[in-house]
Amino acid sequence: MSVFIAFKTIVRKEIYRFIRIWPQTLLPPAITTALYFLIFGKLIGDRIGTIHGVSYMNYIVPGIILMSVITHSYANVVSSFYSTKFQRNIEELLVAPVPNGIILAGYISGGILRGVLVGVVVAVISLFFTPLTIQNPLMAISVCLLTATLFSLAGFINAILAESFDDISIIPNFVLTPLSYLGGVFYSVDMLPQIWQHISLGNPILYMVNAFRFSVIGASDVDISLAFLMTGGFIVLLTIFALWLLHRGTGIKS
Amino acid sequence: MNALSIHNLRKTYQNGFEALKGIDLEVQQGDFFALLGANGAGKSTAIGIISSLVNASSGTVKIFGYDVKTQRDLAKSCLGLVPQEINFNQFDTAKNIVLNQAGYYGIPRKLALQRTEACLKQVDLWDKRDTMSRRLSGGMKRRVMIARAMVHAPKLLILDEPTAGVDIEIRRSMWEMMKDVNAQGTTIILTTHYLEEAESLCRNIAIIDSGKIIEHSDMASLLTRLHVDYFILDLAQAVKNPILKGYEIKQISEKVLEIGVPKERGLNDLFAQLSAANIQVVSMKNKSNRLEQLFINLIDGKNARES
Repeated sequence: MSVFIAFKTIVRKEIYRFIRIWPQTLLPPAITTALYFLIFGKLIGDRIGTIHGVSYMNYIVPGIILMSVITHSYANVVSSFYSTKFQRNIEELLVAPVPNGIILAGYISGGILRGVLVGVVVAVISLFFTPLTIQNPLMAISVCLLTATLFSLAGFINAILAESFDDISIIPNFVLTPLSYLGGVFYSVDMLPQIWQHISLGNPILYMVNAFRFSVIGASDVDISLAFLMTGGFIVLLTIFALWLLHRGTGIKS
Repeated sequence: MNALSIHNLRKTYQNGFEALKGIDLEVQQGDFFALLGANGAGKSTAIGIISSLVNASSGTVKIFGYDVKTQRDLAKSCLGLVPQEINFNQFDTAKNIVLNQAGYYGIPRKLALQRTEACLKQVDLWDKRDTMSRRLSGGMKRRVMIARAMVHAPKLLILDEPTAGVDIEIRRSMWEMMKDVNAQGTTIILTTHYLEEAESLCRNIAIIDSGKIIEHSDMASLLTRLHVDYFILDLAQAVKNPILKGYEIKQISEKVLEIGVPKERGLNDLFAQLSAANIQVVSMKNKSNRLEQLFINLIDGKNARES
């Protein structure tokens, strides 16, 4: 019971944080994605025609929604936990009887909530450009939640290992963004030369984007069960690693 | 029962610095205990280990009988910590900071709100509850940390230099508050560089130097070890090199003397000699705080032995 209260406290604090700074957390994705839809979807998309039998605009909407979920779930946890560490208010949690699993669950839940909220905002923006019909809502929600969980965990680990503010921007800039853009958000891997198709299959984001796209428009470049398996596997691995880091006190204890 | 028991506690940091060299310490339940030492002596490391912020290299720490390693949650529930540096979210309000801490200790929301109000009122910050904490003064920020540490009603409260950088008026009011908290049954461990603070508040004391406890006793018996008290006398008329038998005298200025008074002679004899020499005293004060003098003697004595 008491650990559940601690969990609720961390989640409430996280929600309060990203809602309080909504011009930094919720407004930018709305503007950025509106520009994506306008430039790629309307202006360029009209000249591309259809992919997998749907208009280019409809094809890119799921990818852009999931890319926003990935970016913002990661960003929420990495910035929040690193700030907590930097300002030393992580000590408030460390002196209290809060198990490591609850600390992790609290921050990850905050990341998931922001990721999903941004995903909803982007989905609403997309409605101004194209009608959106979700073919398999349950699968869409599952993929969205699993992806947000995975990238929240990655953000948490980045925050634990980071020693400066520079360290929390390296992974998003040099790993996350390239992998997202190369993860089939704006194109089908079928359009790539054979060698690049094989290389793309090593990108985990490709599977998540395609699983989400499949749940929305029913088209995918990859095996959906493999996408779920891969996402689940990464979540288990990163959870174990994050808990191990917390147990050791890496980056948070002397 | 001991509020705190430390046995053979050692800490060596990754860079090889040995901050604690096997300290033993016991603090009785209900005590107001001073843990003193110069900067870098090992106080903060010891407090860090007690409060689970630093991993010990070896040794045991028990809080009200609960081992901080093996009975972590029970031990932590008994402890409240006011750290040396401001460590709360400066973008949060005083109320939220205290309220969240109650939540981390598993206190239900309704009760947490009541306790938050009580604690903020106790430190005289209820009027500032909705002020963003970075807009509070230094003294107010320290009081927010005290309220935060007390919100779960800990049985042991560690105050790591709680009055550092606080003006004298607020410091005095914080002393009164700490006395009240202690009188209500909370054991307090205080570290401070204001030795008059430790002398006036604490009943027992430990002095740590270079990672070792060099003194651990009650305040009264420690102070009796000081053989000479030094006083500053302001005189009505100017005097020149007066001689008072049995007293060490230093002329500070024409009308100001510093006199060392051995414990066995006492002040009556001093004033008798002053009167006989027709020296009129306007006022008198301690040259320095007694504990400060003793602290310096102990540290100097240890350094002399080592060299």
